[in-house]
Amino acid sequence: MTAVTDEILSFDEAMEKYDPVLGFEVHVELNTKTKMFSAAPNVFGDEPNTAVSPVDLGLPGVLPVVNKAAVEYSIMIGLALNCKIAESCFFARKNYFYPDTPKNFQTSQYEDPICYDGYLDIELEDGEVFRVEIERAHMEEDAGKLTHMGGATGRIQGAEYSLVDYNRAGVPLVEIVTKPIVGAGSRAPELARAYVAAIREIVKNLGVSDARMERGNVRCDANVSLMPKGTTEFGIRSETKNVNSLRSVERAVRFEIQRHAAVLDAGQKVTQETRHWHEDTRSTTSGRPKSDADDYRYFPEPDLVPVVTTPEWIEELRGRLPEPPAERRKRLKAAWGYSDAEFRDVVNAGVMDAIEDTIAAGASAAVARKWWMGEISRRAKEAEVDPVDVGVSPELIVELDKLVQAGKINDKLARQVLDGVLAGEGTPEEVIEKRGLAVVSDDGPLLEAIDAALAAQPDVAEKIRGGKVQAAGAIVGGVMKATRGQADAGRVRELIFERLGVQG
Amino acid sequence: MSELTRHSAARLAEMLAAKDVSSVEVTQAHLDRIAEVDGNVNAFLHVNTEEALAVAADVDKARAAGEELPVLAGVPIAIKDLIVTVGQPTTAGSRILEGWMSPYDATVIKKIRAAKMPMLGKTNLDEFAMGSSTEHSAYGPTRNPWDLGRIPGGSGGGSAAAVAAFEAPLALGTDTGGSIRQPASVTGSVGVKPTYGGVSRYGAIAMASSLDQIGPVSRTVLDSALLHEVIGGHDPHDSTSLTDPVGSLAEAARTGDVRGLRIGVVRELQGEGYDAGVQARFDESLELLRGAGAEIVEVSCPNFRYALGAYYLIMPSEASSNLAKFDGVRYGQRVLPADGPMTIERVMGATRAAGFGDEVKRRIILGTYALSAGYYDAYYGSAQKVRTLVQRDFDAAFAKADVLISPTAPTTAFKLGEKLDDPLAMYLNDVATIPANLAGVPGISVPGGLADGLPVGIQFLAPAREDARLYRAGHVLESLLEEKWGGPLLAQAPDLAAAETMSGAN
Repeated sequence: MTAVTDEILSFDEAMEKYDPVLGFEVHVELNTKTKMFSAAPNVFGDEPNTAVSPVDLGLPGVLPVVNKAAVEYSIMIGLALNCKIAESCFFARKNYFYPDTPKNFQTSQYEDPICYDGYLDIELEDGEVFRVEIERAHMEEDAGKLTHMGGATGRIQGAEYSLVDYNRAGVPLVEIVTKPIVGAGSRAPELARAYVAAIREIVKNLGVSDARMERGNVRCDANVSLMPKGTTEFGIRSETKNVNSLRSVERAVRFEIQRHAAVLDAGQKVTQETRHWHEDTRSTTSGRPKSDADDYRYFPEPDLVPVVTTPEWIEELRGRLPEPPAERRKRLKAAWGYSDAEFRDVVNAGVMDAIEDTIAAGASAAVARKWWMGEISRRAKEAEVDPVDVGVSPELIVELDKLVQAGKINDKLARQVLDGVLAGEGTPEEVIEKRGLAVVSDDGPLLEAIDAALAAQPDVAEKIRGGKVQAAGAIVGGVMKATRGQADAGRVRELIFERLGVQG
Repeated sequence: MSELTRHSAARLAEMLAAKDVSSVEVTQAHLDRIAEVDGNVNAFLHVNTEEALAVAADVDKARAAGEELPVLAGVPIAIKDLIVTVGQPTTAGSRILEGWMSPYDATVIKKIRAAKMPMLGKTNLDEFAMGSSTEHSAYGPTRNPWDLGRIPGGSGGGSAAAVAAFEAPLALGTDTGGSIRQPASVTGSVGVKPTYGGVSRYGAIAMASSLDQIGPVSRTVLDSALLHEVIGGHDPHDSTSLTDPVGSLAEAARTGDVRGLRIGVVRELQGEGYDAGVQARFDESLELLRGAGAEIVEVSCPNFRYALGAYYLIMPSEASSNLAKFDGVRYGQRVLPADGPMTIERVMGATRAAGFGDEVKRRIILGTYALSAGYYDAYYGSAQKVRTLVQRDFDAAFAKADVLISPTAPTTAFKLGEKLDDPLAMYLNDVATIPANLAGVPGISVPGGLADGLPVGIQFLAPAREDARLYRAGHVLESLLEEKWGGPLLAQAPDLAAAETMSGAN
């Protein structure tokens, strides 16, 4: 565990004195079939150094060739971020020596990114919308992966040697860079999380990335600086690297704000540097100093010709864009008639798509929500899986619901029917048959049970007679117990009122 | 020496097709010649005996079976050791790649294999093609077959010397600033730099990506045309590769007529700085061409005077980045620091310190500096502007002339060691060849006679994609001169077999 060595100010105090300025560089790994500049497969988790070609290893004599699909995906991301698309743009070489970079330069874009000048409207939890300006989204290649061996920490410090896996080298990346984000105030940490969540959602929705943060498909570098309240000149920033979960993004921004505030309060200057985020201590530690004078000796990549886009091509790609996630949510929420809270819970549970499918299969919005947020979510929690992985299809829900509507089973029995179906005992009908689960619809046995229940609780019976209809629940419960749940509760309630001669 | 090694590739192809001789005989004759003279010449870094003979035997078998074969099938070829080959080491003339075997073939090598041409071996070069004398090879200099005390040009001195010494009828070279044409000039052979993008660069170890081009080396213009047809054409592995078909270059070489062809004499590529003997041979060639019906016009390319300066910024800039990959991490030599901590930076540093020669280090340092923040605009940026101006000069010149003509190099072959300590003097030898690389236009060097017993080269330049014009003009001049000389220039070269006593001369 890394010790926290930095002083920090309380967040509230920091917010009283300073305004935070944020900036994000989000790297998105594209899920193209092949790599950015070679025909090697773009895969995750293979044996080290098997998904490589001579190009990815930087062998003498090799040349890059641009992956057209990666360019298209990049343009689609740009369009989704409301960016302009360059008519023509170059790749550039970013020169630096590091063993995870096989050529000792990264092929990237420098002066002219393929996408520029965009924006993204970020909706915070309470519905407030915050516009984040996008400076650019450019194409580049990923580096290989280093594993430091022999040390206790897995870090380079103290390691005896390092292994390098070039499977990831050359995987297509799009780097999305924001303009400085001013004015978020105390909502900066929340905005940080919401922004990265929105990027992740967009690229996933576009189908251009697997968007799994835990696999590094989406990686965030968060820039933070503070300016004293009432001033407008940006402070010195820190860049916290590879903050790779939404929760970490929020925490890292919050921590950096608190740390900067303490430094400034002590009358010192913030060091311009990269910081590393540690989830265990929820703090950052100093990385390497970073200055604007870092010299990567960029120059146009002479082995590649410019990427030229035509209006026709861009329009064709625009036509391929799915509905933006935020608009889609707005549309579905209105169509389904859920409350703000209900809809938020649905989104957070990750069952919005499932509900949409279930409604399409014939269920009402209320029934679909009841199933996904109720029984299925409960089972998911028990099994520690996502609700959509429980194994319940929209069609099955519709079928069970029809049986309930028809009065053949009630909700409680429906759960048992679901058990049977999931256990492979056949269709719902077959399970009802085999397990003998049909509700008791003959009033005879019900009336017997009702009379017994009323006799057992005369005081309750008296209350109902006196007009306290809500007291009927106790009798219904007794009847349900007596019939082991196989009664239709609604019918039981009707019969109780009939028996006692009151209006339900 | 077997007479077989004296024949042109075109003649050998005819003899092979007529079954007058077998490919095994032809290949063996050249291998014998290499064994006989290469101790003196040092054109080859690796001799590929076994594979060459196996390929030759396959060709003979196929021919005996009546199979249809490519034109140059069975004609052997030497490969500049900057081009990667499966089954033969590739060193780039550098210690840093000593012993490295490429797991893949360059595109041109795939084409050579498809053409069924036996590969005799890999030829010497200045380290990473950086030089004009082949003295910067980590494996010792190649010597000029005309005078073993002199340089064979560079960087492709090995390929040019191999051809001029009758060790190979054909060779592949690479030309970044004249590395095919200048060696051809000083060895009395023919060398062609195709239009940029005309031949795939995939598998040619890059020095300066925007300038490098693979091309043919031979003893006759027709032979270069035939080889150019084999190696040219689009390659999806090279993004800068042209999509145009190669065209019939051999047919252009066989035109035999320059009547009405407008030949532009570049005012800036003659006179001051050019040896009197070189100038005299150049003037004679002009007169011959005029006599054959060509229209000689003068053109001016005022920005060519800045070409050398721009070249020595662009080339090292690209080279500094292209050579960064040689760090001992993945392949090639790895040198550990003698003492101190064993960090990756220090291993990379020790490897590059020991693996690269002085000229390579000089260019890496120059290029790193030229690309640095704060200097980029003044150096790399300005050089790119000059490049545009040079291209415009060519455009203007080609509006007046179909081809341009100049001496290929300002001097004949200088002595080994003569310019080794004076890089600027060495760089000046490329003054006439560099503009073509900056503009991407094609150029050829053909033998133009002797000055003080040493070969002089005549260069033709053509507009981009008009390589055919080089072969047409080059072949006519070659014919006119050979008529005058009573045979090829190389017939006048000293007998190397008798030069054994000279091996100790230097």
